[in-house]
Amino acid sequence: MAVGAFLLTVFAVVPWLIHVSGRWDFYYTLTSVALLSIASGGVWLTFYIGRINIGQGAFALAGGYVSAILVTKYGFSFWVTIPLSGLFCALLAVLIGLPILRLRGVYFAMITLVLTEVARLAALALPITNGARGISSIPLPGELSIFGLTIIPDFSTIGNVKLAFYYLATVLMVVSFAGLYRLVNSRVGHLCRSLQQNEELASSIGVNIAYLRVIAFAISSFLGGISGAIFVAISRSIYPASFPVKDSVDFMLNCFLGGLGYVFGPMLGTLMIYFGWDLLFTTGRFQLLIYSAILIMLIVTLPNGILSLPLFNKREADK
Amino acid sequence: MEQIIANGLYLGAQYALIALGLTLIFALMNVLNFAHGQMYVIGGFVTYTVYAQLGLPFVVGVAASGVTLAIIGALVQKFLFGPVIRKSVREESTMLLAAGLAFLLDAVVLLLFGEKQRGVPKIVNGIFNYNDYTIVMPYDKILVGVLAILAIAAFILYMQYSKTGRAMRALAQDKVAAQLMGVDVDRYSIIGFALGAMLAGVVGGLLVTVTGINLGMGGPTSIKAFMMVMIGGAGVISGAIAGGFILGMLESVGLTVLAAYGDITYLVIFASLMVFLAIRPQGLMGKPWG
Repeated sequence: MAVGAFLLTVFAVVPWLIHVSGRWDFYYTLTSVALLSIASGGVWLTFYIGRINIGQGAFALAGGYVSAILVTKYGFSFWVTIPLSGLFCALLAVLIGLPILRLRGVYFAMITLVLTEVARLAALALPITNGARGISSIPLPGELSIFGLTIIPDFSTIGNVKLAFYYLATVLMVVSFAGLYRLVNSRVGHLCRSLQQNEELASSIGVNIAYLRVIAFAISSFLGGISGAIFVAISRSIYPASFPVKDSVDFMLNCFLGGLGYVFGPMLGTLMIYFGWDLLFTTGRFQLLIYSAILIMLIVTLPNGILSLPLFNKREADK
Repeated sequence: MEQIIANGLYLGAQYALIALGLTLIFALMNVLNFAHGQMYVIGGFVTYTVYAQLGLPFVVGVAASGVTLAIIGALVQKFLFGPVIRKSVREESTMLLAAGLAFLLDAVVLLLFGEKQRGVPKIVNGIFNYNDYTIVMPYDKILVGVLAILAIAAFILYMQYSKTGRAMRALAQDKVAAQLMGVDVDRYSIIGFALGAMLAGVVGGLLVTVTGINLGMGGPTSIKAFMMVMIGGAGVISGAIAGGFILGMLESVGLTVLAAYGDITYLVIFASLMVFLAIRPQGLMGKPWG
């Protein structure tokens, strides 16, 4: 019921409202929110196995570059590069994750933060990424067709590209979160929760913790990668500074603010942080000051996230 | 070669001082202070204001940086971290708070000091030239390096021999046991946070004479401090010093040796750090799992 209402809002009510009010710029905002919440959802999954991940910016950047390079240099269709960039990031996550997932708590947080910075440096230094100039004028997504049947038309022929990207992002968001929800409530999800509580104990009763945490980290990075790839398609350019450390920290903040104990926490957190920041734009140079002050007040008063408010937990309490 | 070592030692002394503050805060409260770099930036700007704009002696400027940051640190611990640590279910919440604090301090710096790069007049002129250009180093860098080493020595002596230092070491070792022995946790947490923040401020004040200061230096400084703490081991004072000097030396060597391949020093350092952490996750001197 709630899910139906949510889907209706996202796919019908919001476009209708925007159409009526004529605020087309909201599409861009909401598309960004949807993409950022996909990446934050990934971060949330690493929280779920008890790791503080501040490295999602690195994977978003990597995913963006993979898509940009495949499209501009090798002429791939954009639609193929979405899963490819996700898979690339997942593979990268497995390689990096095998050593660093042995670290815990603050150590893991620190090394993932460093990873974000290193991704930027790597993008500057590697020959294929075109250094500080980045890759620009990336073409819009082309047509996606199977056996001559057009499934998604060429974006450059659509009159309203913003709406198209909005649907692309929200559909992916819904699919990602449905997947996350399914994962968390499956057997694997329960095993992940056991990692969060006590890894030694989980391991002693036969849970393959090394395997599970690498899988979780890979899924997380996959989500980061696809969101990065679509971001690049929207902005049609990518630079080493496209996903700075601030983004990685923001992904983490989104999860925290929404509440770490709830699958849909990152979505709510992203929405609030993004819109809060935009609304404060009118305050001019005090924007950052007010924003961070509100953030700190929220953390002090609600250390366990917005979804921990009694308002949202009525049904839990009734059970 | 000698030049590289001299540069490494100079960098290492600065870095060690930054890492000391971070590791002290971590050891006492298990808080990863994201705002450490921002505290460093504030320290730099305070010294800039006192020394370059008000025209007071440099030492007064550094002292003012230290005192300002100590006050900020104490207030932050008393009104922000303390309550959150008491209330929160998951200890990660403090990390979010630290990130929020980093944004807040950035905003404060932006409003008070603007976003321009600021520099101060040289404190000492001239260049030290040893053995016909085998080691060349400006006198102000040497002075700053020596001051940093003195500050490290003073900090170690303070932690080792004063009553406060002993109390803090006891807290870092075992919180519950220290409490049972009558150590006032709240009080020493505040002192510890103030001390850690003060160290960041002092380094900022010292380094403003060499590199100048600007708003954007906060984040990268925090990241370097994290790397040092990971090399040495989180929450261990000797580890922070070792990590600082090792990173300073690596940077100095890397900038020279890898110069031909472009700006990849930090890439290489990070890759080696990952290999190192795979073998020894707790760092050189850390306790297993911090």
